[in-house]
Amino acid sequence: MIKAVIVMNDQGKPRLVKFYTFQAVEKQQELIRSIYEVLRSRANNVSNFVKMDSLFGPDVRLVYKTFATLYFVFVFDGSENELAVLDLMQVFVGTLDKCFHNVCELDIVFNFNKVHTILDEIILGGQVLETNSSEVVRAVDEISK
Amino acid sequence: MAGPSLMDSLFQRSLEDLIKGIRLHSGAGAGESSTFISKCLDEIRREIKATDPQTKTTALQKLTYLHSLHGVDMSWAAFHSIELSSSTNFHSKRIAYLAASLSFNPSTEVILLLTHQLRKDLSSANPHEVSLALQTLSSICTPDLARDLTPELFTLLNSNKGFIKRKAIATVLKFFELYPDSVRVCFKRLVENLESSDPGVVSAVVGVFCELAVKEPRSYLPLAPEFYKILVDSRNNWVLIKVLKIFAKLAPLEPRLGKRVVEPICEHLKRTEAKSLAFECIRTILTALSQYEAALKLAVGKVREFLVEDDPNLKYLGLQALAIVGPKYLDAILENKEMVIKSLSDDDVNIKLEALKLVMAMVSEDNITEICRVLMNYAIKSDPDFCNEILGSILSTCSRNYYEMIIDFDWYVLLLGEMSRVPHCQKGQEIENQLVDIGMRVRDVRPELVRVGRDLLIDPALLGNPFIHRILAAAAWVSGEYVEFSKNPFELMEALLQPRTNLLPPSIRAIYIQSSFKVLAYSAYSYFFPDEVVAQSSHELAGSLHNVESSDYLSGAAVTDTDPDQSFNPRMPHESLRDNSVDKGKDIITDCENVPTASLKMDRYPQDSFAQMLNIVDMTFTPLLGCHEVEILDRVTNVLGLVELIRLEIRGCEIQKEVDNVREELKAAQVIRLMHNAFSEELGPVSLMAQERVPLPDGLELKENLSDIDEICGNFTITISSSFNLERPWSREKDAIILSEHQNKEVVEQSNDSTSVLTEHRKRHGLYYLPSEEKETVSSDYPPANDLSLPDKTNDQTDDLFKLTEQSLVPKKKPTAKPRPVVVKLDDGNSIHIVEKKPEMKEHLISDAVRDVLLGNDAAPSSSRTTKSDKLSSRVTRKDLLVSATEQDSTTLGRSDKNSRRNKHRSHGKEKSHKSSTKVAGDPEEKSKPKSSHSHGKHKSRQRANSAVNVAAQSPVIPDFLL
Repeated sequence: MIKAVIVMNDQGKPRLVKFYTFQAVEKQQELIRSIYEVLRSRANNVSNFVKMDSLFGPDVRLVYKTFATLYFVFVFDGSENELAVLDLMQVFVGTLDKCFHNVCELDIVFNFNKVHTILDEIILGGQVLETNSSEVVRAVDEISK
Repeated sequence: MAGPSLMDSLFQRSLEDLIKGIRLHSGAGAGESSTFISKCLDEIRREIKATDPQTKTTALQKLTYLHSLHGVDMSWAAFHSIELSSSTNFHSKRIAYLAASLSFNPSTEVILLLTHQLRKDLSSANPHEVSLALQTLSSICTPDLARDLTPELFTLLNSNKGFIKRKAIATVLKFFELYPDSVRVCFKRLVENLESSDPGVVSAVVGVFCELAVKEPRSYLPLAPEFYKILVDSRNNWVLIKVLKIFAKLAPLEPRLGKRVVEPICEHLKRTEAKSLAFECIRTILTALSQYEAALKLAVGKVREFLVEDDPNLKYLGLQALAIVGPKYLDAILENKEMVIKSLSDDDVNIKLEALKLVMAMVSEDNITEICRVLMNYAIKSDPDFCNEILGSILSTCSRNYYEMIIDFDWYVLLLGEMSRVPHCQKGQEIENQLVDIGMRVRDVRPELVRVGRDLLIDPALLGNPFIHRILAAAAWVSGEYVEFSKNPFELMEALLQPRTNLLPPSIRAIYIQSSFKVLAYSAYSYFFPDEVVAQSSHELAGSLHNVESSDYLSGAAVTDTDPDQSFNPRMPHESLRDNSVDKGKDIITDCENVPTASLKMDRYPQDSFAQMLNIVDMTFTPLLGCHEVEILDRVTNVLGLVELIRLEIRGCEIQKEVDNVREELKAAQVIRLMHNAFSEELGPVSLMAQERVPLPDGLELKENLSDIDEICGNFTITISSSFNLERPWSREKDAIILSEHQNKEVVEQSNDSTSVLTEHRKRHGLYYLPSEEKETVSSDYPPANDLSLPDKTNDQTDDLFKLTEQSLVPKKKPTAKPRPVVVKLDDGNSIHIVEKKPEMKEHLISDAVRDVLLGNDAAPSSSRTTKSDKLSSRVTRKDLLVSATEQDSTTLGRSDKNSRRNKHRSHGKEKSHKSSTKVAGDPEEKSKPKSSHSHGKHKSRQRANSAVNVAAQSPVIPDFLL
C-alpha cells in the first residue's frame, strides 16, 4: 500500500502531507525533515528511488520526482510496483495541472482543500483507486459543484 | 466548472489571509512566523466556539491547515470537527471530515461520537456524502467503528455507483484488519466483485487481495482460478501488476499453480510495452517461478535490456532483479558481469550500492583476491560513504562462516592492514574484531599478523586518526600476545611507548600498556633464559608440525631467522652486568671474553638494548603514576613493578658473580619464568556455552549472593565501557563445544568490561576478594574453566566423530598451491535456530475467517463459487493440453474427499496455536514438492497418479481449479 504522499518545495517546506498510517504530528514533521535531507543530497540525473528502511521499517521505498520547485514524494511498501508508483505520481501531477491550468507551487499552497480532494479521489486508505486523470478531474468538479 | 459560491469565496479568503500572513512573516525569520501562527491560533480558538457555522468552518479549516503543514496540535478541537460533520452544508461537512481524517488517531476519545454521523452519511442518498464518509472512515477507523459500521459497508459493496463501490472495497481492507469478524460478513461479496465488469472495481478488489495475500497467502489459494482469469484476460497494467504480486505469493505454496501461470506471465513479458508491468513479470518469475528454465532465461534476458538502458531507474531496478536471482543462479550475474562492474562507478549511489551487492555475490574462493583488489581500488577513489560500504562488504564477505572463503590468510591479514590505511576508513571496530579473531583462530598466520601489527603500531601518523584507534588496539594486543614471533621486540616496545600514544583514549592506552607488559616479560624471559627460548621455539615448531607442516616451518624459520639480526647479536648473559653497571653509574669492567663460547648463540638479547628498554619503560611510565584513569594506573603499576623486579635480578647476578662465578637462578628469575609461562598460555576463542560448562562449586549459591549486588552497585551506574572486550568477536556466533585438536586449551577470559567495573568497585570499597587484576592470570586462577584435562574430555567425547572426519578430510583435501591453515571453530553443528515467524494474531483471525467463508462456500453445493470455479477449470483444461488424463483422474480422486478434508482443516485452524497450524500446513507442501516435480516427465503414468493422490491426501487445501 501507499504509506504517505508528501509534496514539499526545494526549501523543505511541506505543501501537502498525507499519511495513510497514523503518525503523530511531531513524527510527521521529523519524517519530512529527514526525507528532505535525503532528497537534497541527491544529484540531478540519478534514479528516483530511495530505500527508506531506516525511517519507515523494512521493505519501504520512496519514489520522488522534482517538478519545478517542488518535490513530489510517494512512500510505499512491497505491494506496489516502483515504476507504477512513478506513473501514479505523473497522474497526480497531471491532474493537478488540469485542475489548476498550469499548476505551480502557489496553486498548491493556496488550495489546501482542493488538493486534498484530488488526492482522495486517486488514493483512499493507501489503495490506488483511480489512475485516469480526466476521471479524477470530472469527479473533483462534481464534488465542488 | 462553475464559479465558486459566495460561501466558498468567503471561506477561501480567510484561509488565504492566513497563508499570505505566514508567507509574509516567514521572510522575516522563523521566530516571527511562529508568533504570527500563535496569534492566529488564539483567534481560531475564539472563532471555533462561534455559533455561526460559517465562522466555525473557517476556523476549523485554518486549524487543519496549520496542523497538517505546520505541525500545530489540534487534538483539542476534535469535538468541533464532529460537531461540524453533521452540518447540512456539504462544504462544512467536507472540511469537518478532512479535519477528522487528518487529525484523529486511535486514541482520540470522542471518535465514537462520530459513529452515528458516519452511519447516517454512509446510507445517505447523496453519493458525495457517502464517498466522504468512506474516505474519512478509511483514515480514522477503529475496531469499534468497524464493528458498528460493518452492515453499512456491506450494503455499499453492492452499490450501483462504481466510484462508491471502489471506495467501499478499499475501506473493507481497513475493516478486515481492525475487526476480523467483518470478513465473515463482507468477504463473499468482495469475491463476487472480482468478476465485476467495471475494471475500476476489479482493480480495487485485486488491490485488497494483494494486501491480504502479502500477510497470509495460504488462505487465498482457493481464489487462484479467479486471479488466473484476470491474469489471462485483463489488459489493465495496474490490475495485472497486482495479480502478479498475488501469484508471486501463491505460486511457492502450490507447485502446480506455478506451472499453470508461468506461461501467461511470459506472454505478458514478451508482449508488454510498459516497463512497470515488464519489471513485475520479471520479479515474479525470479522470486517465485525461477525453477522454470525457459521463463528464467527470458526474464534474465529482459533484465539485461534494463541494464543497458540510460534511464537510471531501469538500471537500478535491473540490478535489483539480478540481486534477487543471484543467490540461486549465479550465472545470471556472471553473464552481466561487465555491466555490474561498470555500475560501481556510476553517479547514482543507489546503483553503486546494488552493484556492490552483486559483486560480493560473485565472490568465490578463486577470485576473492582479485575482486578485493579491484574493490580496494574503488574504495580509495570513492567518497567516504561508499568507501566504507565497500570496506564493510569486503569485511563481512571475507569473514563469513569462519572465513570460509579465505585460503591465504597472510594475504587477508595484509589486506586488513591495508584497509586501515584507507583515508576514509571508519570500520575500525570490525577490523579490530577480525584481527584478534584471526589471531586466535588461525595459528599459522600469527607471524604475519605480528608483522602487520608492527607496521601499524610503528606509524605515528595513524595515532592521530580516531577511527583507527580500535585497529591500533587490536594491533597492540596481537603484538603483545604473539610477541614471540616478533623480529624485534625492542622496536615493538618503542612503538608501544611512543609519545603520540597519549592521543589514544584511556581504554586503548591500557591495552598498549598491557601489551608492553607482555613484551617486557617476554624480553626479560629470553634475556635470563636464552636456552629455554630457543628450546621452546623449537618445541613450538615441533608442536605445530602436527598442524600443517609447510607453513609452520615458515613460522619457525621466522623465529630462528632473527638470530643473525644485528640487534640480536649473540652475547652472553654476563655482559648485562656491564650494562647494568653503566646504568647505575658504576664502572665495572667485565670479562666477557672469558665466558665459554658455547652459550654465546643462546643469548638473543644484547644487554644494551635490554637495559635501554627498561629505561624507556621506566621513563615513559613513571609520569603516568599520577594518572587518574584506573585502567592505566593499574597496568602502569604492574609494568613498573616488573621493571623493578628485573633490575633486582640483574643486580643479584652481579653480586653473585662477585662471590663466585656460578650462575644461579634467583627467586626473581623464577617469578619472571612464571609470568612468561602465564603469558605463553594460549588464548583460544571462547565458546558461548563456556560458562554453562563450568561446574557449580559446592556451597555456592549464586542467587543469594547476587541479591546484595544491587545494594552494593546501587550508588554507581554501570556505563558501557569501550575497553577492549575479548568476548565480543564471538558473541555473535552460536558457539558450543568443538575445539580443534591443537587448540583445546580453553581459557575462559574475563572480559575487561567486567574487570573495569570490578576495579572501580574495589577502588571504592577497598575490597580485594579476587586475587588478581590481570586478565590473563584471572583465567589461571579459575580452575574449572582452565583445567585442560577436564573440559577436553567432556568436549571431545561428544565431538569425536566430527573431529575424526575432519582429520581424515584435511590431508586429502589439500589444494595444489597452498594448504589452507586450520581455522579454529567452535560448535559448528549448532546452527542458529531460526524461529519461524508467527503470523500476527489479527492476520490469523482474518485468515481463519477467510477460510471459513471460502470453505463454507464450497461445502454448500448450491453456492455460486463452486460452479464458477468448475466452469473456469473446465475451460482451463480444454485450453491447456499439458494436463494429462491421469493427473485429472488423480485430482478428482483427491477431490472426492475434499469436504471432509477441508472440515478437518478448518478445525485445525481454530484449535491449534498459530505456530503449529502453520507448520501443519507447511509440511505436506514440502513433501509434495519433490513428488510433483518427480512426476514431471518420462515417468510412468501410474507413478504419477500415485504421487498425485498422495499430494491430495496430504495437503489440506487443494484448490480445484487444476481440474
